[in-house]
Amino acid sequence: MCTYLTVKDEIDGSAKGAGGSWLRVSDLAVYFDHPVHAMAEHTVNIDLSDPSKGPSARVALELTAESARRLVAAIQEALAAAPPELTV
Amino acid sequence: MTASTVKFPGHDGDEIEAYLARPDEARPRGGVVVIHHMPGYDRATKEMVRRFAELGYDAICPNLYFREAPGAAPDDAAAAVRATGGVPDERLVGDVAGAAAYLRSLPGANGKVGVIGHCSGGRQSVLAACHLDLDAAVDCYGAFVTGTPPEGFPMKVTNLVDQLPALRTPLLGLFGATDQFPGPEQVAELESILTRDGKDFEFHTYPDAGHAFFAVDRPAYNVAAANDGWERIATFFGTHLEA
Repeated sequence: MCTYLTVKDEIDGSAKGAGGSWLRVSDLAVYFDHPVHAMAEHTVNIDLSDPSKGPSARVALELTAESARRLVAAIQEALAAAPPELTV
Repeated sequence: MTASTVKFPGHDGDEIEAYLARPDEARPRGGVVVIHHMPGYDRATKEMVRRFAELGYDAICPNLYFREAPGAAPDDAAAAVRATGGVPDERLVGDVAGAAAYLRSLPGANGKVGVIGHCSGGRQSVLAACHLDLDAAVDCYGAFVTGTPPEGFPMKVTNLVDQLPALRTPLLGLFGATDQFPGPEQVAELESILTRDGKDFEFHTYPDAGHAFFAVDRPAYNVAAANDGWERIATFFGTHLEA
């Protein structure tokens, strides 16, 4: 199926992109739909990008639903282990 | 066969890029507009364009994402367009109209043009066939031609039920029985509407196939269904696009 939905948000950080170069990322897009590369019918697709630098300024992830849940849990665990004053 | 990248005026006269493949034979031939799926103007779609040239047609695939992402890799272009809300229906119709006009202008064109799309392109193929004077349309498992989204389903696209009475082109529909979008109930609803309205259509549902069974580079590829589907497409276009 094509879900058509895209969840978007603004972010601040860096990601290592094509050619091994780092880019500052400002935009987040998450959607559950067909992957381009992953061997699964549907995946959680995550794009971290800097639209001001064009469509190729993007770091992409395609994760199975279970893998995406593990990523979310790992991020939550890492954040929970950090002193709260550092994560505001 | 000759395959190349060309440009032509699409919706609103915007110049857009397209992939064109043409048979070498000099005989008159019909044309086929291939609408790429949501992941973009990619290698697998261009292979389909060349297959239609091998079948004897002038075939063209407009890059629906060219305006937002000229020169970008297909996956990057698809992500960029998705983030800006996708391709508006009106623009899609204008781009297919431009592609059909381009095909009809080619030397040797017999004036007949069909349209085909897979997945999101299947819905867009039906959409184009409701608004343009084409000669044949193929919908390969396009979701949301009909159907009411489940409660809470985050759909950002409308179905085409209110536009189906305007369908003015013979329609071939190819579906997988285990697909959920479109599921068998949505295909049945479409069949019911087209029957009610006296439309010229032909549907086939493959029992062991799911969504995207034509996609040779995806796990969903189903050899038997895809081979039979290609045969039916060749017969359908042969019937409606010959001089």
